[in-house]
Amino acid sequence: MLKISLDKLDKLFEAISASQTLYIPTDREDGAAEYKKYESGMKLSNNLNTLRSAKDFFFPQTENLVDFKMEGKNIEVIDVREESEDFVIFGVRACDARSFTVLDKVFLTEPVDSYYKNRRDHGTVVTMACTRPAETCFCGTFGIDAAAPEGDAACYSDGENLFIEAHNEKGQKFIDSVAALLEEGDTAKLDAVREKTREILKKLPLANLTTDNFGGDKLNEYFNSEKWGELSQSCLGCGTCTFVCPTCQCYDIKDFNTGHGIKRFRCWDSCMYSDFTKMAHGNPRLTQLERFRQRFMHKLVYFPANNNGEFGCVGCGRCLSKCPISMNIVKVMKALEVK
Amino acid sequence: MQEAMINRAKQLLADGSVDRVIGWKRGEFEYDITPAVFTSAEELDADFVYDDFTAANVSKYLVKESKKEGKILAFLKPCDTYSFNQLIKEHRIVRENIYVIGIPGGPKLDAERIKAKGITGILGAKNDNGTLIIDTVYGEEKMPYYEALSVKCRNCKSKNHVVYDELIGEDGDILDSNRFDMVEKLENITAQERYDFWREQLSKCIRCNACRNVCPACTCEKCVFDNPDSGVENKAATDSFEENMFHIIRAFHVAGRCTDCGECSRVCPQNIPLHLLNRKFIKDINSLYGDYQAGEDTTSRAPLNDYKQDDCEASIVHERGVE
Amino acid sequence: MNNDTLIPYIGVVTDIRQDTPDVKTFRVVSPEGGKVFEHMPGQCAMLSIPGVGEAMFSITSSPTNKEFMEFSIKKCGCLTTWLHAMDVGQQITIRGPYGNAFPVETDLKGKDLLFIAGGIGLAPLRSVINYVRDNRANYGDVQVIYGSRSMDDLVDYKEIIDEWMADAGIQVNLTIDNPQEGWDGHVGFVPNYVKELNPSTSKTVLVCGPPIMIKFTLAGLKELGFTETQVYTTMELRMKCGVGKCGRCNIGNKYVCKDGPVFRFDQLGELPDEY
Repeated sequence: MLKISLDKLDKLFEAISASQTLYIPTDREDGAAEYKKYESGMKLSNNLNTLRSAKDFFFPQTENLVDFKMEGKNIEVIDVREESEDFVIFGVRACDARSFTVLDKVFLTEPVDSYYKNRRDHGTVVTMACTRPAETCFCGTFGIDAAAPEGDAACYSDGENLFIEAHNEKGQKFIDSVAALLEEGDTAKLDAVREKTREILKKLPLANLTTDNFGGDKLNEYFNSEKWGELSQSCLGCGTCTFVCPTCQCYDIKDFNTGHGIKRFRCWDSCMYSDFTKMAHGNPRLTQLERFRQRFMHKLVYFPANNNGEFGCVGCGRCLSKCPISMNIVKVMKALEVK
Repeated sequence: MQEAMINRAKQLLADGSVDRVIGWKRGEFEYDITPAVFTSAEELDADFVYDDFTAANVSKYLVKESKKEGKILAFLKPCDTYSFNQLIKEHRIVRENIYVIGIPGGPKLDAERIKAKGITGILGAKNDNGTLIIDTVYGEEKMPYYEALSVKCRNCKSKNHVVYDELIGEDGDILDSNRFDMVEKLENITAQERYDFWREQLSKCIRCNACRNVCPACTCEKCVFDNPDSGVENKAATDSFEENMFHIIRAFHVAGRCTDCGECSRVCPQNIPLHLLNRKFIKDINSLYGDYQAGEDTTSRAPLNDYKQDDCEASIVHERGVE
Repeated sequence: MNNDTLIPYIGVVTDIRQDTPDVKTFRVVSPEGGKVFEHMPGQCAMLSIPGVGEAMFSITSSPTNKEFMEFSIKKCGCLTTWLHAMDVGQQITIRGPYGNAFPVETDLKGKDLLFIAGGIGLAPLRSVINYVRDNRANYGDVQVIYGSRSMDDLVDYKEIIDEWMADAGIQVNLTIDNPQEGWDGHVGFVPNYVKELNPSTSKTVLVCGPPIMIKFTLAGLKELGFTETQVYTTMELRMKCGVGKCGRCNIGNKYVCKDGPVFRFDQLGELPDEY
């Protein structure tokens, strides 16, 4: 496999960023990692994962969909879309890489969402295998191997060298673009590191969590479960879980009058919010129980029902870390499970 | 402490004094504890927990819980009792339906602060003379205990319970918390530096509303930011100043009512030091109107809701705004 | 880049009819004339006044109408209030068609049809009724049972009287909730009227109206011996995208905007009761 010494990572980043925009996870002053546009001197984060997921790259929190010019009784529709620039997201973890597959199932099915597709077409996802998974990790539950991440190209570190392999044409193109920096390397040590990671993954506290009893076939059983009341009783109805989640993709569309015209935006929305399903004449989800239930039913039952058994969760563990009241999909799965 | 609390709760349930108990429920790990309502001795024995990670303030849940039938036992830490009193003052909770047991407070730990040190695979943590010993999947790790404290516990203002029906453990004193140190520091930098500081912090906001929803002072039936007719219900940030306004408006709205419980900063997924905005207001109120602690009692008139002839003039804003 | 379904077309409002005190019917064509797009009966479109709002409305006109589309809209919220206040010549934005349609070319073909509507619930059915009238040979008996609060609240009253009731091919039964001067027709709620009329269980039923009316009508039909598999309805929930992506109009795993709005009651019965 091709490799580059870890102490030459700067050179690799410089080379990538010379031809296209590069984003890497880097540490903030508070110790959390976030994706930032690479600039000389920026260091790759050692954190397991970024605080926010990588979904922003393809599905940003806010985006301008279309503009309107209103003149008298006339309306002019202004298409504001521009062809995205090529960019590379480096260091995406296996869970987040899989989240793109989940998002693809929503945005790339007919009618294709051109905003999403545009960015997806121009983005190259370079993943990074995990070596120190956290107690909150449960990607294995969804058949994800943190030691062998998906993506256009994948990187693996053995502590000394970074190994790179392509998974598809786009990934190969990426590797070709930095080939001058790479050399063929022996993977004996890397194989041992990956084996060790897999051993750790098996010993994680959530390693035994399975989806065996979830899916589209028990829709009403789960919907009508008596557990929802207890599970949702402390829910604050905030959007933290939704917004840190790599697979949550519900959105709102809003218009704003800028004074010189109307801008129509798309922004992230949360099924946890009280106005999510509010209509002029009523609301089918009046209490937090119903809104809470919707979020988990969507991930564990509705999504698999509509997508050949694939779940709307990738086990990244962000909601486990970030929920203000520490209620999360793992607790829901354990409490709910119908054998 | 946990055992004493469980035993007392079981007694009160058994003799019919209360019908429900609000406290904290064990999670998957040592640190992921959820506020919960318990209704039986079995539930308490199985899941009730009170330890270094039970930081959540349960006072706000009483807005809803105290309106249900029957009586509820609430375990309140000293800081929580201030929120409780303030909610009583604002007629948000039904006092008769609550039995308050005051319990010793923190300091509480925050797993996110441990993770920020790069420590991962956390299985457990204990304090050893100022050093936190953390048991992880990768072996034992250490860090200074102080740095693992929840932001809200770093400048504890009081170990004193301002309200309770009974106490478990000793009551404490109001502390000299140094809680305005950081505010003072921000006051003493230039306006531009201060602007940059807040712009950087607030630009991290993801508009999840966790700060607002957890805040015991935010109990409006319908928040202006949730009202589509208000014109400010903006989930989409149309410009980069949007989030800033949300936090500034919220800080104004809770000014004089915020007890400085610190929940906003504790829950912020982006680690924005939101409590500093509130502390700035508290500090200003103290200096302009005399010391005032929201939630200290249920009867006094708050300075911002009161008029006195010697109140400072509005021009103070201008005078103080001059560098 | 291809066009995106979220980028709307322009529609021009060429005619506005005040149908009832709170319902107006709007005629919409493209700025070049003609229909903005084709649809099937039961399908919907997203109408918007930029800056005011965007919402899903049932296309009330029949696809057999080759000149324009019509929307019967009840004044209810922010956007509909704006629409009610506008004048002829106003442009709006329109995108669609969205959702499935009543199976007029498959399951309903050759069947005896019974339409049951309450209030503004006639709007989505009007498209089907006129489609059926224009393709009369393809269907068996056609009966329309329609009721509203009062005579003034009957939507499309003129069309019902002048065209449907004059059409030998269909039977129309009207009712209003309370007696009223000038009304010598039936008085009473729709579900009860259906039971009184005792329609043959050989008919396939299409029902639309307020939730409470639908609930009692369905119960009444069952009493008469109808099964859920022969009764269709059309649903409405909060929608933003119209294409099953924004995530808010689902009933269980079905999106009303994409998998609906038309459902058969046995299909709805399999879904959670959350609508």
